[in-house]
Amino acid sequence: MPDLTINCGGISSPNPFWLASAPPANSGEQVQRAFDHGWGGAVWKTLGQPIQNVSSRFGAIDWQGRSGVGFNNIELITDRSLDVNFREIYETKRKYPKHALIASLMVETREEWKEIIKRAEDAGADGLELNFGCPHGMCERGMGSAVGQEPAVNERITSWAKEFANVPVLVKLTPNVGDIVPHGLAAQRGGADGVSLINTIKSIIGVDIDTFVPKPMVGNRSSNGGYCGAAVRPIALHMVAALARDRQFNIPISGIGGITNWRDATEFMLLGSSSVQVCTEVMLKGYRIVEDMIEGMEGWMRDHDFQTTDQFIGKSIPHYADWGDLDINFETVAKINAETCIGCQVCVVACHDGAHQCIHPAEVGRIPVVDESECVGCNLCQIVCPVEGCITMEEVENGFAPTTWNEHLNEGKPVRPKKGAH
Amino acid sequence: MDELDPERSEQVFEDFKKAYTANQAIVEANRCLYCSDAPCITACPTGIDIPSFIRKISTRNTEGSARTIFASNILGMSCSRVCPVETLCVGDCVFNEMGVPPIQIGKLQRYATDMAFEKDWTFFEAGADTGKSVGIVGGGPAGLAAAHRLRRFGHAVTIYEKRDILGGLNTFGVAPYKMRADAALSEVEWVMSIGGITVEHGVTIPETYSWDDLLGKHEAIFLAFGLGPDTRLELPGSNLDGIVGAVDFIEDFKLKAMDLSAVKQAVVIGGGNTALDAVRELRGLGVPEVTLAYRGAEDQMGGYAHEWSAGKDEGVISAFNLQPVAYEGQGQVDGLRVVRTDADKKPIPGSAHTLPAQLVVLAVGQSKLGELVSDLDGVETKWGRVVTTESGQTGHPRVFAGGDCTNGGKEVVNGVAEGRDAAIAIHSMISEA
Ligand SMILES: Cc1cc2nc3c(=O)[nH]c(=O)nc-3n(C[C@H](O)[C@H](O)[C@H](O)COP(=O)(O)OP(=O)(O)OC[C@H]3O[C@@H](n4cnc5c(N)ncnc54)[C@H](O)[C@@H]3O)c2cc1C
Ligand SMILES: Cc1cc2nc3c(=O)[nH]c(=O)nc-3n(C[C@H](O)[C@H](O)[C@H](O)COP(=O)(O)O)c2cc1C
Ligand code: SF4
Repeated sequence: MPDLTINCGGISSPNPFWLASAPPANSGEQVQRAFDHGWGGAVWKTLGQPIQNVSSRFGAIDWQGRSGVGFNNIELITDRSLDVNFREIYETKRKYPKHALIASLMVETREEWKEIIKRAEDAGADGLELNFGCPHGMCERGMGSAVGQEPAVNERITSWAKEFANVPVLVKLTPNVGDIVPHGLAAQRGGADGVSLINTIKSIIGVDIDTFVPKPMVGNRSSNGGYCGAAVRPIALHMVAALARDRQFNIPISGIGGITNWRDATEFMLLGSSSVQVCTEVMLKGYRIVEDMIEGMEGWMRDHDFQTTDQFIGKSIPHYADWGDLDINFETVAKINAETCIGCQVCVVACHDGAHQCIHPAEVGRIPVVDESECVGCNLCQIVCPVEGCITMEEVENGFAPTTWNEHLNEGKPVRPKKGAH
Repeated sequence: MDELDPERSEQVFEDFKKAYTANQAIVEANRCLYCSDAPCITACPTGIDIPSFIRKISTRNTEGSARTIFASNILGMSCSRVCPVETLCVGDCVFNEMGVPPIQIGKLQRYATDMAFEKDWTFFEAGADTGKSVGIVGGGPAGLAAAHRLRRFGHAVTIYEKRDILGGLNTFGVAPYKMRADAALSEVEWVMSIGGITVEHGVTIPETYSWDDLLGKHEAIFLAFGLGPDTRLELPGSNLDGIVGAVDFIEDFKLKAMDLSAVKQAVVIGGGNTALDAVRELRGLGVPEVTLAYRGAEDQMGGYAHEWSAGKDEGVISAFNLQPVAYEGQGQVDGLRVVRTDADKKPIPGSAHTLPAQLVVLAVGQSKLGELVSDLDGVETKWGRVVTTESGQTGHPRVFAGGDCTNGGKEVVNGVAEGRDAAIAIHSMISEA
């Protein structure tokens, strides 16, 4: 049986699956139920001076009839009293000693940080997560992403926290920056034991075109909110990987953003996350999704002969390179499997209108023909094909030795002739 | 267990519902709404967590999907093929309310469970030996489900089975276009692979061993002997050749070679599911003219509408509002004499006529075996069915029962549920003792 246990910056848990700091981790009753379902850890809904929320708070975008592929919220941090929150953290930790319970914190002054960190540790939190990420409301009050966007402020507050804390400190980064790396390095300089990313992305989810009010509506106004859910996963994956491959950055990462199942979670871990956190998919589908996450990852580990998570965390990083270091002479072309093709010809129109006009309708029958001499190997046809495995991208031998663009520029190595550039 | 006869006639049948490819399964799985407290779960007698197993197919965690299925229903592969899903899980899919085609739960279940067999996944281990033992009378779905669950608890199990083959009607009764005997037996093998289940074949209870023998040997007994032989219609000419009970007939062609070349016309008497299976089976076996003769009107038939509409599509002729009055022929039957009946099922004078038939199949019910337990202290029967509490306990505290012998003849999935639940009740009883 593969071992799913992880350790992220000194915080260990029976599996890598944590609830992100958000409504699913709002109270003791919820977190305990989540642990019963199998979640390995939880980052408590951010604690600070309790706030007053607005109504309504959430918006979503639909995709092919399913709501929630992208999700947005204008909710702030906890609206429950700190006394109640800390009492519930204490009770939860006592009942679930092996699970990771992390207190997410957001306050302003050095004194406030000192005070709240002490209370979190007294309640038994296994670690702290500094919320430098909230991109709405809290940042207007000088907290959240207002901190996360300023490396110097980030470093200073992180070092305060490290000064006061005895348990590991994770810094939760905001994606609302041009380049994530300086922000991760600032947290590292401040002494953080790890970083969590991403928090939500500044967004307007939509506009009601009858009332002219953006969504989610609060009376006749709305505000920009934080975007999350499956749609943000590629952005989150990139930011995680950008830190994981950076030579100076060397603290653990807790990956967040658009994780819906074990496959997504595995991708985050392959790109360097030691643990993963989930918010939106739990809000949409419930704690019960974790059973499949556990089984699915265990099954995948067995298939790949991994006994421990360490054996694959970061395993994709060596395969992530700069564009200039890709082999420009590597060449693939599309092949259509006539046995499984259903003749929808979706690939024909995609290639004609969106790529290089090299898939043609057959003279007889409906199985399209690829003109391999023109095919640039872009993957578009494979992406639009509704039949899994029907279109494959196959490597072709072109006689040119592997060469990167950088090698071509610097050493004059030969590059194959362009295709599809007529 | 004997090998199956390589010449057996059931092999001419192909699957009526085709298996899903991976592609089809994933497209269908992604349609599922993953309802909470889903009505399909309630509709499944074994209560499989259907939304979870479907979600696991969509994430390609097929192994976890199969585990979810088998955890509730150890004959999940058979059930995926033989369950009347239209009236169970699929019938309660919320998409029906929307006027959208319901999720094909049975086909998805088949996809996951077939793969489990193909890949040889095993999910369950026998519990640590408890030193207690349970005797099971009948190795059909109810008996097998009970045996497997009892082994998971660590109790020793002996199955007493009068036939030389396991699986009961799931092996030799269900229509071969749903599932053939070889597939049923592969699942029996998987159930047995938990180890520690002893089977005594060729043993008829209470003849071979008395109830006292069994009560002396085991802490508890579980009765799962199903139903008895086909009911006969005693009419003039009953002793002619070519008049057979439906269940006998089905067992015969499923397990042996059957030559029907001399039968140009066959009549099946009845209107229940066994009758509807028999007419379709006769067509599949090549009988050119097959008539379903039923005493009431079309909409009064007890069998499932979806089965009958498939039968009609396959060219079955119908003859409603008829009452058989005699078998005709010399030595060998050559016709069934019938009269027409009115709305009150009374014969209409002057309406007698003969339906030509070289084979008459009686599908008018199976007898009940309640009398087998007549000298088992405290065990009550009602209309030939063994009476139990909800957990399967009879009036004798150490005797439990489930499946067709208690429910009067339902489906495989009911037998599995009742066998499993009785095992849980037996476990708690003998663990306390
Ligand atoms: C023709 C036909 C078609 C069917 N088709 C379907 C279908 O498509 N789908 C579906 O879900 N259900 C179907 N059913 C119903 C289903 O097969 C039964 O509900 C199910 O098999 C009942 O399981 P059981 O274990 O209670 O009994 P059985 O399957 O009848 O098993 C009883 C076992 O006990 C043995 N036995 C009997 N008496 C004794 C004794 N005295 N001593 C020792 N052993 C004994 C028998 O040999 C048999 O192996 C069909 C039934 C019939 C008759
Ligand atoms: C309604 C809602 C409230 C949130 N509240 C917090 C919060 O209090 N503190 C925090 O650090 N992140 C908060 N987040 C951000 C999530 O923790 C998470 O970083 C983000 O949603 C991306 O993950 P996901 O795609 O799995 O949802 C919130 C997100 C949502 C949707
Ligand atoms: S066992 Fe039968 S009723 Fe239950 S889910 Fe499977 S196919 Fe549906």
